[in-house]
Amino acid sequence: MQPFHTLSGVAVPFGNSNVDTDVIVPARFLKTVTRAGLGAHAFATLREDPANIFDQPRNAGAPILIAGDNFGCGSSREHAPWALADMGFRVVIAPSFADIFAGNAFKNGMLLVALPQDQIDRLLAVARDHDITVDLENQVVTTPFQDRFAFAVDSFRKDCLLHGRDEIALTEARSADVAAFEARLRPWVANAAQRAA
Amino acid sequence: MTGPRTLYDKIWDDHVVRRGEDGTDLVWIDRHLIHEVTSPQAFEGLRVAGRRLRRPDLTLAVPDHNVPTTARDRPNPDPQSALQLDMLTRNCAEFGVELIAMNAAAQGIVHVIGPEQGFTLPGLTLVCGDSHTATHGAFGALAFGIGTSEVEHVFATQTLQLKRARTMRVTVTGALGFSISAKDVALAICGWLGAGGGTGHVIEYAGPVIEALSMEGRMTVCNMAIEAGARAGLIAPDAKTFAYVEGRPRSPQGADWDAALAYWRTLPSDPGAVFDAEITIDGSAIAPLVTWGTSPEDVVPITGVVPEPGGFADPSKQAAAAASLAYMGLTAGERLDGVRVENVFIGSCTNSRIEDLRAAAAVAKGRHVAAHVRQALVVPGSGLVKRQAEAEGLDRVFIDAGFDWREPGCSMCLGMNPDKVPAGERCASTSNRNFVGRQGPGARTHLLSPAMAAAAAVTGRLTDVRELMA
Repeated sequence: MQPFHTLSGVAVPFGNSNVDTDVIVPARFLKTVTRAGLGAHAFATLREDPANIFDQPRNAGAPILIAGDNFGCGSSREHAPWALADMGFRVVIAPSFADIFAGNAFKNGMLLVALPQDQIDRLLAVARDHDITVDLENQVVTTPFQDRFAFAVDSFRKDCLLHGRDEIALTEARSADVAAFEARLRPWVANAAQRAA
Repeated sequence: MTGPRTLYDKIWDDHVVRRGEDGTDLVWIDRHLIHEVTSPQAFEGLRVAGRRLRRPDLTLAVPDHNVPTTARDRPNPDPQSALQLDMLTRNCAEFGVELIAMNAAAQGIVHVIGPEQGFTLPGLTLVCGDSHTATHGAFGALAFGIGTSEVEHVFATQTLQLKRARTMRVTVTGALGFSISAKDVALAICGWLGAGGGTGHVIEYAGPVIEALSMEGRMTVCNMAIEAGARAGLIAPDAKTFAYVEGRPRSPQGADWDAALAYWRTLPSDPGAVFDAEITIDGSAIAPLVTWGTSPEDVVPITGVVPEPGGFADPSKQAAAAASLAYMGLTAGERLDGVRVENVFIGSCTNSRIEDLRAAAAVAKGRHVAAHVRQALVVPGSGLVKRQAEAEGLDRVFIDAGFDWREPGCSMCLGMNPDKVPAGERCASTSNRNFVGRQGPGARTHLLSPAMAAAAAVTGRLTDVRELMA
């Protein structure tokens, strides 16, 4: 995972609520066997409109996305954060996020910032013409004006993001605990094979 | 933890390998189901890092998302789907995972075959790279969808780093009316909670309506937990659960069965257990429901009308509703009963089990699909469901009525295989998502129950099934 500290840049003032994973990347583009290249298909349906927000010159390659509540609802497809990351996004700011999407985004080094709707509304207005700064260490979003919006972040995820930690390697460091747990499994839990009739 | 505990608390506590000081626990995973779409990058990750798959014997693979539902003896017409299917076969062989192959008798949708095979059992932790893994919660298993990085994490360690969820109990009181099914209950809950209402929670479904449901019905309800934002749904295991599980190919036997049963009986939430949220829904008041918009929360009784976007309190919901109506080609105030459909889909991990096919066949019997309906697909959830339906003569009922009787898979629920709804056309669908473009670019989806879908097929319009069956 690529470490994340502070990022300043263009924020796309998208704002839609209940943005589902089929909107982020339609199922017909899931037939890939690699992680890369999905950015071309991100928001495919919305981007059929030539005037769409994502392809406006100011927003192309922007690192921050601002959306409405329940962002990323629907499928567990990790293709959604892969597609967002491939477009260039490293931060999504919204009032709330779907649980599975939030986990997937984190595992791809993407920071999700949850802020109240009134602060989102302010950022949507500012972002039309000005860059936004997201500081993970100090857990604050700032604008070129006086705005300072503090956000909460899970301490485990913050540590992983700041240091770019590999979660599988972290778990492997606990392998003695895992082996001890495994040795105590009930016999019928430890066996998923077909039984003789 | 002392004091009364919920079902969720008990399963969680029994699976914590190591408690994290920061609230993130390391949790053991008992069962892992995989399919062709969300696993290739996880296998590739193992290969790149030189890792092995820690417990291939607790992992089971089946292709379902993009398998064709016709002509499986011929080469797959879609080279990208063929590549994904071929990679699943090769990855399973390389890493020692058992695969139920596309042409095997037991092949089917991953959430149908898990319970059928006895791979899903009460009290287990079960994961799959698919959000509808919530389905397995019907057995009192803690089951939830995961992303591909988590698939790789489970491959490598048989664990996940997880934060404990909040708990919510949804109690459905009363008794369901004539022709009202588990799907109507699931849709009613989505409508009540909203698409994000269950976020951060695990829902336990309870009350007389839930207890009265069959295992198939309970699976339908848990399946749609994710459509209300809850990563998992749970139902306390009871005599019905144990009767379903007993004698399945992978279920415990003999002394193991007795030990398992004794353990499973300790799982239901203790009297006095406290939930973070409690919701009660009057089951007696649930009518046959249908969605009008592009979120599963957009439900209305078939006797109702398309809502006025301006009537929603939340400004963002007003805008979303207006956009939904434009996409769906509907007008505020229009009656749902009578809206013309060109496609009907009976299938998906929500509604493709034997009971669903029986309910649809009861409506289709002696009737015929309306002349203007271009596609009316019946896609059984598994080869075993298909065989059972054929033994009961349901295939003849559907075929005689003009439906297409297909091979098992996810099919038109998400249109990854050739089964798609053409742009601008409507589909009465027993699936779980009415998202924009879900069933194909420009497709207009109305979610409803199997009986309601069959009613729509034979009349060619969204129809109150109670009138047909009265």
